[in-house]
Amino acid sequence: MSIDSVDRPYAWGLPAPPSRRGFLTVAAAGLLTPLATLLARRAEATDPSREPAQSLIVLWLAGGPSQLETFDPHPGRQISAETRAIETNVSGVKFAAGLPTLAQHMSSLAVIRSLQSKEGDHERGTYLVKTGYRPDPTAVHPAIGAICCHELPAAGTDIPRHISILPGEWPARGGYLGDQYDAFQTGDPAGKIADVAPQVSFPRYEQRLKDLEMLERVFARGRRTASDATMHAHQVREARQMMTSEQLEAFNIGQEPAELLAAYGDTPFGRGCLAACRLIEVGVRCVEVTLSGWDSHANNHEVHQRLNATLDPAFATLIEDLKRRGTWERTVILCGGEFGRTPRINPLGGRDHWPHGFSVALAGGPIRGGLAVGATDPQGSKAVEQPRQIGDIHATILTALGINPAKELISPAGRPLKLAEGAAIGEVLA
Amino acid sequence: MWAKNLLCAAILLSGIALLTGSILPIRPHEPRPIIRLERELSQQAVVQQVDAAFATAWRGVNIEPAPPADDLIVARRMSLALVGSIPSLEDIRHLESLPADRRLDIWLAELLADRRSADYLAERFARALVGVENGPFLLYRRRRFVSWLADEIAVNRPYSEIVRQLIAEDGLWTDKPAVNFVTVTINPDDDNKPDPNRLAARVARGMLGVRLDCAECHDHPFADWKQADFQALAAFFAGTRQSLRGIRDYPGVFEVENLQTGETSEMPPAVPYDSQLLPKNGDARAQLAVWVTHPDNRAFARATVNRAWAIMFGRPLVEPIDDLPVRGSFPPALEILTDEFVTSGHDLRRLFAVIASTRAFRLESRLSETLNDESYDVHQAQLAVFPITRLRPEQVVGALLQSGSLTTIDYESNILVRTARAIGQIEFVERYGDAGADEFDPRGGTTTQRLLMMNGEAVSDLTKEEDLLFSTATRIGTLAPGDAEAVETCLLAVLTRRPTVEETEYFTRRLRDTRGGQRNERLGDIYWALLNTTEFSWNH
Repeated sequence: MSIDSVDRPYAWGLPAPPSRRGFLTVAAAGLLTPLATLLARRAEATDPSREPAQSLIVLWLAGGPSQLETFDPHPGRQISAETRAIETNVSGVKFAAGLPTLAQHMSSLAVIRSLQSKEGDHERGTYLVKTGYRPDPTAVHPAIGAICCHELPAAGTDIPRHISILPGEWPARGGYLGDQYDAFQTGDPAGKIADVAPQVSFPRYEQRLKDLEMLERVFARGRRTASDATMHAHQVREARQMMTSEQLEAFNIGQEPAELLAAYGDTPFGRGCLAACRLIEVGVRCVEVTLSGWDSHANNHEVHQRLNATLDPAFATLIEDLKRRGTWERTVILCGGEFGRTPRINPLGGRDHWPHGFSVALAGGPIRGGLAVGATDPQGSKAVEQPRQIGDIHATILTALGINPAKELISPAGRPLKLAEGAAIGEVLA
Repeated sequence: MWAKNLLCAAILLSGIALLTGSILPIRPHEPRPIIRLERELSQQAVVQQVDAAFATAWRGVNIEPAPPADDLIVARRMSLALVGSIPSLEDIRHLESLPADRRLDIWLAELLADRRSADYLAERFARALVGVENGPFLLYRRRRFVSWLADEIAVNRPYSEIVRQLIAEDGLWTDKPAVNFVTVTINPDDDNKPDPNRLAARVARGMLGVRLDCAECHDHPFADWKQADFQALAAFFAGTRQSLRGIRDYPGVFEVENLQTGETSEMPPAVPYDSQLLPKNGDARAQLAVWVTHPDNRAFARATVNRAWAIMFGRPLVEPIDDLPVRGSFPPALEILTDEFVTSGHDLRRLFAVIASTRAFRLESRLSETLNDESYDVHQAQLAVFPITRLRPEQVVGALLQSGSLTTIDYESNILVRTARAIGQIEFVERYGDAGADEFDPRGGTTTQRLLMMNGEAVSDLTKEEDLLFSTATRIGTLAPGDAEAVETCLLAVLTRRPTVEETEYFTRRLRDTRGGQRNERLGDIYWALLNTTEFSWNH
């Protein structure tokens, strides 16, 4: 039994998460956009590669990576500050020179270069990009991974379906869906997963659980209704199940060949990407892997050179690995951070926060590769071509996962809130 | 090199000596001075009114309330609500030495006079007033803000005065901690200007208990508030700027954009109701501050009462906590307490004392088996049974650390113990998952939390048999003369109650004829089981 296959005591009377079949029924009723309907029809086709994706990997670049030193270089322009650009394997699309391996996979990527937001603060920007909503005291919104777990069925997973590897300061949370949708946090996969190994021998542990059951019986006397509603005992059983689950092995990257590990780059982030790939295989819905340190207010180029050297092999190998394992078609990847960085270089050789035009990369599942959407101004103004909002990225990902972004949930404040505010970017899914 | 090693050893030894001194021996039992219950008599009158109101309500739906809870359980509720921890064994012995009829009243007065209570309550109020975000770098100091708020609560300054200062204070955030209420909304991307919309939302929601900000973007068909109400409230902060001398007001107009036409127009400041309470003159923020905290602005008093109730009971009297109608019908208890709070000059300490003295607060959280099956929901809705609510992470860790020390961990405790406690708390809360600003929303637990309690270090340290210094279970085993006493001590230390007959029998059987290492192991197991119960992690 997994995290939310049982009842949610405060689900505000929502219907059960729709099955794919349910989704099709809604689509048939004509409540969806033509695009979503199209996707839903696709899902009905027998070709398994046409099914919506089932999992999401978020490569979270914490601190705000520079678009100019990653996916949106402007070579030769003043704003490039002499950052070179390289060709990718898609003609006409260039990457910054720091991403040579990934550039050879551009045909598998859709890069959105025209994102605009109004949040230039790390915490607020992170909230926006992870949840698709600006911070708002009327509701704490769930991160997109939590939405996936809430909306998609939970079959056969004993380990948490929402995982954050190397969580930064603000890991993905369940928001109004509840803390049980928070990402399970774990560190560098080279180390142990926290708190899953019992501190005492197996027989002693079993005895402890028996003692606990006795105490729970006493507590429930005359309080059965309330104590059942706490779900406490249920969560103890779930934790126990996770402790003994074979699926825990998915965290154990030591089982992979050394060459593969080396290809990912033997860094905590690279190992995290490899673990993410393995976790998706056992049915985990969303894995967030964080690479921190992009906040380059000083020495922008050095910071990006160093971090790109970690990101480049890890991301590229992740793409290859997913394809090799046959999970590429059912996995969507989002790579990005809370905002971009200023076109102008400051006196410390740094770039400051710039939410007015920045990039993210999408890949996998039904995402169309080889595509660069929108453009920032080569002169460095705030003007962008084909501006896109974070909500559009969320809507695109949800649609790729067969989830209707326009579906509304009732927030604890009693307000209907769409799963994502924006519109799916049609060309990315076409 | 030698000198260094020696120094290191010396520091370690003295540390251990200090720790041992504060953890190991139960301090010899000294009677504590009994704190005089000020205004005890006048409080009783209002408590009786509240009790009568509940009694009428219960009669109205024809239910018998749950019986009164055991004193120790009520004492535990009070500690969790007011200092975020549970009573220590030492506290329990003290409590039991007090005259039975006044035991809880004295304990309540002691807690309210305890500096830990000011700290803990300040954090609870801070969540509504400034949230939990880190805020803009350099321009916002959350810790400074909370410790200032705690100082004010410690001297029991009228809550209205505190709030007036929050809204109207000028100056630097370091020197005048109250202005952090304003600076937390500073937008570094907008010329370091405080955000009038976010400030208005905090005033409405955190101080008045109304969700005016739901109308920030447009009118809602069924909501009481219109967009213009919200914008006019925000307009009070239109001239508020960050300058070299900190937060100050400059002449400024509030421009609002019509999202349909794109046209901008000027919005003068105005309050959404009871405008007769707004002073005619003065700075915009000062005017607003007077209006918000005016004795006749019942929404302010009512929202504060509802929040205090939530802090005591784990859930507010009217849910959700920040969405109360300004006019309408309210539970009689809320109105009685609101009157009392206004009459007392917005006296927070008195408010907490009154709520904790009501019959409703001191009821059992259980019913008879039959009643539970038949009408638990009705009883719960009518507060005829004490609600079971999840403890906040810092209450769990507070209780966990306290259960590991036989004496009370408070301001008198050794600095090392307090430091270890503070560090342990932060790490634990981080992993357990902070409840955030909406901490009174009902929430479920997580697998991470259970794993942390079942296999994490904090619990393991309390239960390891070989660790004489840190393992409390072992310590209890050494001190208690017999099996039954050891079991009783474990339950008192972790669950603040004596074992039932069934529990005594069960656990003494587990301890029977064990000695040395094996006995310590068993005691560690019992401790583990107690710490992993629903009873430990939930308020009841």
